[in-house]
Parts: sequence; C-alpha cells; structure tokens
Amino acid sequence: MNEFEAREFRVTRTDLVRYAGASGDFNPIHWSERTATEVGLPGVIAHGMFTMALAARAVEDWAGGPGRVVEFGCKFTNPVLVPDDDQGVVIRVEGTPSAGEDGLFTIKLEVTCNGTKVLGMPKAVVRG
Amino acid sequence: MPIDQSLVGREFPPTDPYPVTSVKLREFADATGAAYDDKLAPPTFPIVVAFEAMNGFLADVEVDLHRIVHGEQRFAYQRPVRVGDLLTATLTVDSLRQIGGNDILGTTSLVTDVDGALVCTTKATLIHRGEDS
Repeated sequence: MNEFEAREFRVTRTDLVRYAGASGDFNPIHWSERTATEVGLPGVIAHGMFTMALAARAVEDWAGGPGRVVEFGCKFTNPVLVPDDDQGVVIRVEGTPSAGEDGLFTIKLEVTCNGTKVLGMPKAVVRG
Repeated sequence: MPIDQSLVGREFPPTDPYPVTSVKLREFADATGAAYDDKLAPPTFPIVVAFEAMNGFLADVEVDLHRIVHGEQRFAYQRPVRVGDLLTATLTVDSLRQIGGNDILGTTSLVTDVDGALVCTTKATLIHRGEDS
C-alpha cells in the first residue's frame, strides 16, 4: 500500500471565483465581503465543496487515477477564511489509508488550514 | 422566518437533464486543480447537478442562497460520472430541526442517468442562518 503523501493547496479569492463559475455555486458569501459579514460570517469563506474537491484530488492521486472513489463524505466544521490578497491561505490534506474487505481501502483524512481542522471526519472509500 | 416542519419527507421535482461534456469536465478539473480526465469526472462533480436541485428547492421555499451554509456532504457512488451522461437530480428533505435561530436541513439528492439508473446518492446538511443569528 502506497504512503499517502501530504498535499498543500494554496487558495486565493481568484480560485473561489473560478470554482463558483465551474460549479454553479454563486453564493455571494464566497466572493462578497459585504454579504458574508451581513450574515454573520467573519469574512469571505471558501466553498466547503471547494475544500472537499481539493481533498478528493489528493485521494484520487493516492488511488492512482479517476473513477475509484466509492464513498466520500465530511462535515464542514470550520470555515476557511480567504483574505483579499495575493497570498490567500494554504489548505493541507493528510491521509491515513487502511485496507478493508473486497479490495476496498478506507482513507481517513485530516484537512487543515493554519493548523485548524476545517473538515470534520473526512473519509473516502476507494477501490484498489 | 423558520422553515416549516411540513417540508420533511417532501420530494421536489427532478432537475432538467444535465449533459456532461468534456469541456465541462475540463473546466471543473481546472477549477479544482484535479488531473483532467476526458472520460471520468472527479468525485465531487455530482455536486453540480445536486446544487441545481438545491437551488430549485430554495426557490420553492423562498430561502435566499446567501443565508445557506453547507454543514455536511456525503457521496455514495454506484459508478463514476462519465462524459456523455445525461444526469438528473431529485431532492428530498429528510429532516429539519431548529437550533439557536438556525434551521438545520437534512437533504438527499439522487443523481440518476437517462435510463433512470442511480449514479450517485448525495446527502447534504444545509444550515439556514436566521435573520438574528
């Protein structure tokens, strides 16, 4: 079984706008400071689904290709605040794979931003 | 205004069939930095159709998207989404509870292909932030 290599992804406001367009999720809390603070958020936050997509990317890389994920889920426990600058933030994805039955592997993930877990109990089941 | 409890168990109309094209997969892969595959979609791609189902649901219950925060998301795949698929999502409200002025909605959207076969079950928890929260 391959080791799960930790991955880091830099996320800027530009990435959020691009993801909004690609996914169809134009919720303004992901691009408008005004709307985000109006609904009580500390600022513009990344789409939870964007963070999840980055985690999925690390999972597929580990699995060695597309089309092998059988289950994938997480809670969105802490928002990823993305500042309006060129640096953005870094999302780190770590994983611990274990072999299960029927050729399936379970990967328990840890997804953090500035040392804080942003996804709750993220887990993927993949076909070997 | 809190969301009405009578919504629980209600199934909303299916979304219009969504054609999965290689151009769209490239756009989605580019946006998420995933390796582009010209046949198979990345794992979170079904959210594109599930999100359409959610938008239809929110419009029906007159809730603004900007008051919604995603609480949880699960996918269970029967098979990967492929180029050429014509996908439809049908949303059902599973649960609703009110906590601290927020509505916590549990939803399931079944993503099916043109033959009506299940491709992916997506479950989302949506937090509707109340006006005073």
